[in-house]
Amino acid sequence: MSEPSPVVQIDRIFFAYPPPGAEWVLEDVSLTIGPRDFLGVIGPNGGGKTTLLRIILGLLEPQRGVVRVLGRAPREVRTRIGYVPQHARIDPGVPASVLDVVLTGRLARSSWGFRYGRGHVEAAMAALEQTEMAALAGRTMATLSGGQRQRVLIARALASDAELLLLDEPTAGVDPHMEQSLTDLLHRLNQRLPIVIVSHDVSFVSTHLQRVACLNRRLICHAAQEISREVIAEMYHAPIRVVRHEEACPLSDHGCRQGCSPEGTVLGAGASGSRARLGETLERQPPKQLDRKSLLSEGDRPLARDESPSDLGTAEGDGVRFGRGGQPGTP
Amino acid sequence: MIQFLRDIGDSEFLVTGLVAGLLASVACGVIGPYVITRRIVFLSGAIAHMAVGGIGAAFFLRAMFPRVFGALQTIHGATLAALGGAVVIGLIHQRVAERMDTLIGALWSVGMAVGILLVKFTPGYPTELMSYLFGNIVFVSWDDVRLMALLDAVILGAVLVFHKRFLALCLDEEQAQLQGVDLLRTNIALLCVVALTVIVLTQVVGLILVIALLSLPAATAAHHVSRMGPLILASTGICAVLTTAPRMAAYGTAVTPEAAIVLAAAGLYLLSVLATRLRGRRGKD
Repeated sequence: MSEPSPVVQIDRIFFAYPPPGAEWVLEDVSLTIGPRDFLGVIGPNGGGKTTLLRIILGLLEPQRGVVRVLGRAPREVRTRIGYVPQHARIDPGVPASVLDVVLTGRLARSSWGFRYGRGHVEAAMAALEQTEMAALAGRTMATLSGGQRQRVLIARALASDAELLLLDEPTAGVDPHMEQSLTDLLHRLNQRLPIVIVSHDVSFVSTHLQRVACLNRRLICHAAQEISREVIAEMYHAPIRVVRHEEACPLSDHGCRQGCSPEGTVLGAGASGSRARLGETLERQPPKQLDRKSLLSEGDRPLARDESPSDLGTAEGDGVRFGRGGQPGTP
Repeated sequence: MIQFLRDIGDSEFLVTGLVAGLLASVACGVIGPYVITRRIVFLSGAIAHMAVGGIGAAFFLRAMFPRVFGALQTIHGATLAALGGAVVIGLIHQRVAERMDTLIGALWSVGMAVGILLVKFTPGYPTELMSYLFGNIVFVSWDDVRLMALLDAVILGAVLVFHKRFLALCLDEEQAQLQGVDLLRTNIALLCVVALTVIVLTQVVGLILVIALLSLPAATAAHHVSRMGPLILASTGICAVLTTAPRMAAYGTAVTPEAAIVLAAAGLYLLSVLATRLRGRRGKD
């Protein structure tokens, strides 16, 4: 059985922001992303999601552990990665059209000189077509809505002929129609390149993606259908409604071997400040008191306040099992 | 104005002044847009003031070691000091995120202080320092004009080569970095081009007024065009008008031409702001 070589291989990395000795933001994180993977990364604020992406891009270096992207050090291959940042850092006052912005995605492939060649302009326009923004190519960023700007940034990432696409909160500020067309676009792109999406939007991720990594300092991979209330509740330390869907989502067979653990681990980072997404109840609940069935049938029941919140965070070893979390290669 | 046109035939200094003004417009028209977009007006001011250190050094060395540095001109010292300042500021900009404005402000004053001190220790009266500080369009020589033309050529060449990288830097530093742009080197390259522009501009309006020419024409043009190429052309045009018309109008009066140029630039900018406001209001009705 010949396996395709992984696009991203992260092996037991530890990362902390300065000063030295600060708390780990990422702790013992391992992850493998194969050539056709479509991975969602969810987790609370400060859980390390964006940090993980920035490590894959080589913008940050982990203190321990090894990261390989396309078989090389991330720095060396970063021009082959398309990245859509969470916050457009584009200053709307810059005298540049939408096309100019997308063309910067071609910079690494273009020569020196004042103008981009015709081939680059065509590639940029093709990327704008894909995100339905070609009609606005001549506009300035200042005249666009938040969702339109997002689509420009995605076009910029696509224009770079990336071999790996990383998106940080791509659905923030995007309306449902665009969210659907964005999802369709990403699935089409996924036919030829692996995609990683970081998102707060648990329902978006669990509805559309095959594999989900839960990141809160540590990382655990699941098949999307296994993302249950208890998993989310453990991670955010607060129950959150999850839109469940029934169709089977097969795990790609080059899963996140080292990252997955057959046993649920309660993630220890402080979760003060965690909040439920979809406006759901914020009452805490000890995850172990709910079994799967009750989750499915009574998933939306508001929980009583007296279900001792002190139990929270102590469920380590309580055996919250993820049906298919255990992959070959894990103990 | 009529007096100016009548006299220009017999007075060479009026011709050199005009040519110098036009050469300065090329530099500030091309670089001004990057300076305002990248928001480095303050850094440019620091570079200009650090150049005073170079002028002081040129004076001092020429007076103390006439054999070795006899041929050294103040503009050489100013250019070297401005370029050095650009490199230092580029390094600070990249490496020290914290209290950047404090450090730049300190360099601004230190450069100036060093210059003043060196001039003080040099025998003789520093007329050249005064003309560097306040500009002296009347005394621009053909040598100065030639040097300005050379600097203009270097500036234009650098922009032709680096434009895409400079624009990417203005748009989104992180993405530029991901596209393989070396932030440190590109930043320093941009600041060095700004330093050369500062030197060219000081020949016309002097160091103290250079910030106005570097920012106001480009900011005025930016009200009306929204892409870099047209912005460069428009701000060059505005600069050309600003370095010639006020000078002609002030000729024969007691008004200093340098101050007239800067005040005209500010007035034009103000008019442009008002026009943009009015247009915006009419658009809403």
